Amino acid sequence: MTGPLLDVQDLRKEFAVRAGRFGFGRAALAAVDGVSFTISRGETLSLVGESGCGKSTVGRAILRLIAPTAGEIRLDGQRIDDLPEHRLRPLRRRIQVVFQDPFSSLNPRLTVGEILAEPLRNFGLVHGRAARVERLGQLADAVGVAREALGRRPHEFSGGQRQRIGIARALATEPELIVCDEAVSALDVSVKAQIINLFADLQDRLGLALLFISHDLAVVEHLTHRVAVMYLGRIVETAPRRALFAAPHHPYTRALLSSVPVPDPTATRRRIVLGGDVPSPLAPPPGCRFHTRCPFAVERCRVETPALRPVGEGHRSACHFDTAPAPG
Amino acid sequence: MSARLPGDAGEALAEALPELLSPPRRRGAVGGFIHRHPGIAAGGALVVLMAAIAVFAPILGTVDPTALAPARRLRPPSAMYWFGTDMLGRDVYSRVIYGARVSLVVGFAVAVLASLLGTAIGLVGGFVRWLDALLMRVMDGLMSIPSILLAIALMALTRGSVRNVVIAITIAEVPRVARLVRGVVLGLRELPYVEAAVAAGTRSPMIILRHILPNTLAPLSVQATYICASAMITEAILSFIGAGTPPIIPSWGNIMAEGRALWQVKPYLVFFPAAFLSVTVLAVNLLGDGLRDALDPRLARKL
Repeated sequence: MTGPLLDVQDLRKEFAVRAGRFGFGRAALAAVDGVSFTISRGETLSLVGESGCGKSTVGRAILRLIAPTAGEIRLDGQRIDDLPEHRLRPLRRRIQVVFQDPFSSLNPRLTVGEILAEPLRNFGLVHGRAARVERLGQLADAVGVAREALGRRPHEFSGGQRQRIGIARALATEPELIVCDEAVSALDVSVKAQIINLFADLQDRLGLALLFISHDLAVVEHLTHRVAVMYLGRIVETAPRRALFAAPHHPYTRALLSSVPVPDPTATRRRIVLGGDVPSPLAPPPGCRFHTRCPFAVERCRVETPALRPVGEGHRSACHFDTAPAPG
Repeated sequence: MSARLPGDAGEALAEALPELLSPPRRRGAVGGFIHRHPGIAAGGALVVLMAAIAVFAPILGTVDPTALAPARRLRPPSAMYWFGTDMLGRDVYSRVIYGARVSLVVGFAVAVLASLLGTAIGLVGGFVRWLDALLMRVMDGLMSIPSILLAIALMALTRGSVRNVVIAITIAEVPRVARLVRGVVLGLRELPYVEAAVAAGTRSPMIILRHILPNTLAPLSVQATYICASAMITEAILSFIGAGTPPIIPSWGNIMAEGRALWQVKPYLVFFPAAFLSVTVLAVNLLGDGLRDALDPRLARKL
């Protein structure tokens, strides 16, 4: 089939927040402000940025856990951002989610088998007890959880095991896209590596597309095809993995990359340490949103909003300047 | 401390360890439960005792609580009349024992009805955005009137009967449950496993039934015991001021009301029903506190 699996155009999501002296006023907080990207079948796109940059909001909008304020989301060419719930429901099968917290993402009162059977029953994917048991067993095998685990409850498992169970639930509907919202951020380093490998393995075998939302570029480097870097509700740079890691263009991306620890004690390099905090999305700075913290900002950045423009093969960046790669 | 090794080495190691801790005292299942949850045990036992008294009232040495005997008016407590007799010669012991029925029926009926209604309203409020504001403002309105005044006002609209007392007190208590359930639901809705269920295509009724409702039961059952206690007191107050249970049915409230005029010369007329009411309310509250601590220590701050 031609065309991308998921096509997001100018996605915008505003939240109403209380404002003013006594909280009587209302203000719109644009958590996501005009984000566009596409994901092809079997491709991994990583959405990277600091806490509060809107990356999780993008994920939740794609899953239609929240309704976007504006913009279009197309799944296989079909708009899903404005579908009513009853028409959306059959399509939910095709996009699943894995959350960050392996503890609150499984209902503590249900057994693992019941948790995994829920999506199967919702879409009538298996008929009869024997088929269900067989399918549950397959799911457990696929994520490396013992079949005996199906009769037990989530609290009997470790964080990594629970995350595997969460992945099994996402696989149950045979989705084409899985949104992984910080899916490995809460795990220990060694477990993190296992889960990343599991995702890579599943992608190979099942041809899954992944939207990998993370604040950690180091995690993303191992399994992504493309990276989109978000800052304050906008994508500031998007590039194939190799280009982004080898030749980051946007100053923010370079700052992020320089914060990734290098496992080599002799390596010396200059770190770009950003001063200050992320500005409030209630009052985003004019011009380039990054200018308040950008070491290279000039007057033009305070006035003129830079567009995402091509700077290389499949590489686009929202910076006015063709700055050379950071030294070091 | 030391890993258990196979064979002799392991045993030698184990023997060398000094006894750091005295072995735990063994308790039976019942003893262990009482030790862990003294409030539930004490409160539950008293509530069961009161319920037994109410159920078995006719065989607890009582006579007809409404039988008048003008010749034996105002006898003090004695072997014949344990709690004495009132100004119409009725046996106060029998009246107090039968009075337990009204209190318990009202307490439990209000707790159950208010929980059901409040849960329904709370679920709707927590799930249906546009109804939420409306429902909660109505609940706020009801809560802004002291529940006893609201109950008196409602009773003024109708005839005094146990059923109407239950309805009046239920209306006054519903908002507390509704607010609690709504709050819990709003918290649960944001949980990843609920969102994952939405993404996995689970329909709203199933989400409520499987993922939301079971998690409201703990705070709800605690709240229900408090409502039960509060309803018993409200019933007694209503009866005391003559707005509740009709005088023909003895209830602790109206027994006290009738004894009130003679309170300074015949204090036992008020003392016994008051003592029963206090003990019962205390027992239910003990049970509630115990449940709260046992089900979720974090609830202690919310309720």
